[in-house]
Amino acid sequence: MRIEALIMIGVALFFAMTGVIYWFWGYEQGGTVMLIGTTALGLLPGTYYYWWSRRMKPRPEDRPDATMEEGAGVIGAFPDSSVWPFVLGMGLFLVVLSVVFGLWLLAPGFALVVSAAVGVTAESRRGGTV
Amino acid sequence: MTVLAERPQVAHEHPEHHEGPTGILKWLTSTDHKVIGMNYMITSLVMFFLAGIMALFIRAQLTSPSGAVLSPQQFNELFTMHGSLMLYLFAGPFAFGGLANYIVPLQVGAPDMAFPRLNALSYWLYLSGSITMLMGFMVAGGAAAFGWVAYAPLSEPTFSPGSGPDLWILALALTGFSAIFTGVNLITTIFYLRAPGMTMFRMPIFTWNMLVTALLILIAFPILTAAVVLLFADRHFGTHIYTVQGGGVPVLYQNLFWFFGHPEVYILALPYFGIATDVIPVFSRKPLFGYKGMTFATMSIAALSTGVWAHHMFTTGVVLLPFFSLLSLLIAVPTGIKFFNWIGTMWRGQITFATPMLFSVGFLFAFLMGGLTGVMLASPPIDFVTHDTYFVVAHFHQVLFGTAVFAGFSGFYFWYPKFTGRMYRESLGKAHFWLMFIGFWVTFMPQYQLGLEGMPRRVATYPSGLGWQFLNRMSTVGAFIIALSFAVFLVNLWVSWRKPVPAGDNPWDAHALEWFATSPPVHHNFTKLPPIRSERPVWDFHHPESLTVRHDHSSGGTS
Repeated sequence: MRIEALIMIGVALFFAMTGVIYWFWGYEQGGTVMLIGTTALGLLPGTYYYWWSRRMKPRPEDRPDATMEEGAGVIGAFPDSSVWPFVLGMGLFLVVLSVVFGLWLLAPGFALVVSAAVGVTAESRRGGTV
Repeated sequence: MTVLAERPQVAHEHPEHHEGPTGILKWLTSTDHKVIGMNYMITSLVMFFLAGIMALFIRAQLTSPSGAVLSPQQFNELFTMHGSLMLYLFAGPFAFGGLANYIVPLQVGAPDMAFPRLNALSYWLYLSGSITMLMGFMVAGGAAAFGWVAYAPLSEPTFSPGSGPDLWILALALTGFSAIFTGVNLITTIFYLRAPGMTMFRMPIFTWNMLVTALLILIAFPILTAAVVLLFADRHFGTHIYTVQGGGVPVLYQNLFWFFGHPEVYILALPYFGIATDVIPVFSRKPLFGYKGMTFATMSIAALSTGVWAHHMFTTGVVLLPFFSLLSLLIAVPTGIKFFNWIGTMWRGQITFATPMLFSVGFLFAFLMGGLTGVMLASPPIDFVTHDTYFVVAHFHQVLFGTAVFAGFSGFYFWYPKFTGRMYRESLGKAHFWLMFIGFWVTFMPQYQLGLEGMPRRVATYPSGLGWQFLNRMSTVGAFIIALSFAVFLVNLWVSWRKPVPAGDNPWDAHALEWFATSPPVHHNFTKLPPIRSERPVWDFHHPESLTVRHDHSSGGTS
């Protein structure tokens, strides 16, 4: 976890440095705001990972001498197939098109989005597979 | 240590229900990263094909000074859509949606992407975004015609009326979210789903580059989405963010756009650098030269690329020239390290020029030319002269064609046996390469000269007395040679589809974990994994007599 944390913290440090130089050299607000935002983007996950890396033993994937057996067991739940991403995608498609082709498209669009939200939640509760 | 370890089990509710639905239903409902990756690759190759047809129309129009193939309005629509399709819908999605989706979980030894359903949603948003953008041709007023950058105030309703520009903006919002989701998915997969022993500094460089690309996506795409949503608000909700009349600042759009736009260039380039870095050692039969240097070069390129956005805006006169010029020039250093390492890998190797290797070497030449002219353009005095001329057009086509097309096809041919379990025809692959390589130089080298002679970009006609016609004709001929090479590629796919030649699991005697899976990989990828003791686990497994020279400090677990 340590290297992962350092990568994200590295992002934050680089953009903090660039942001400071840019502000005192150019006094341009737009770019400085974006650089500060990018600093936060690295800092948030970076400090979180670092906090955890100090409190946990190195995972098998962090140790160069780990054997396959150490990773045995459940990795996670990977649903085989699910129709809901398609339904959600099509719902968002209609919602977006509604601002061009007429707001009536919002009705079927939102219906699909809501049904996908319900469907995917119920699916997760059943165990992630269909 | 040549004992196979059992692959860790994956949680399964219904083991007997392994493959899920088949046919069209499989395509609609699959959350398997391999199916989604294939969907992405096929869709983005269709977009590449459509954008290529548009390029042929553009080149046909420019064959003569007052070409009559297209009206000026149609010309503007076509170059806008050519650029938008190539950049937003082909080059990026082909890499981070297609190849990365398929290959990264295999390379780190994972059963799937971390969030399979989010992955499927990414694809559907990408597909609907692509359809939204193409719908522009079917509405009154035609498609967007403001260039792929959509600068304000040209993109304001006064100058770009109609719903074509709206559809363009919405398409970018949809594909932007798709890219962000894929970025999150890739980072999580690489951080949390690696196989035991697969430390960060043992991952293949393609996976490293995809990690850095995913970070760049998370930095850049939210800003693009925000910028175009603000543009949409300007067009429809009466805001004045980019309009001078209401006290807005048009150049703010350029700042926001290029804060996305320049990292975007590296989002398009880094995955393809990764492909070349994976291909070259395999066909040189050597480990990669300078593994850690390669990862640090990738990270420095990515970091620097986010600090150079305003080098596209030198001529606006309101940007900090020395800052952006300095950072732009600095990018040449890590890129040079990459070139050094690629050549160092080939140096004294047993090189075989199979099709993937040919395309990777072609990529080195093409990208070197594009990169060197990029260094020239990073210098404001040169940029002021060549800005908005064909010199810039030739530069970015050589960069993007070199990466997305040459290295992209290199990866496609390299992993084609893994995707399908079949071999393509080597002779047709080589014919594809040589036609494309010749067509590439014939198309873009004349454009440098045209740019230096002052021909502006984005013009449908040009004066006849300046001697530009010959160079333009040459460029058109080159474009048609490239089109011919793409036809050879399609024939190759067709032949290998109709008369399959089995490829085997590891036809190239390659290094990384994906070559340990079957071709095509089974559901959830691996039934067994070799011990991972270096960055070439599969090579170590098949060649126990010659263990890889270790580049990582940890030589704890030897055999």
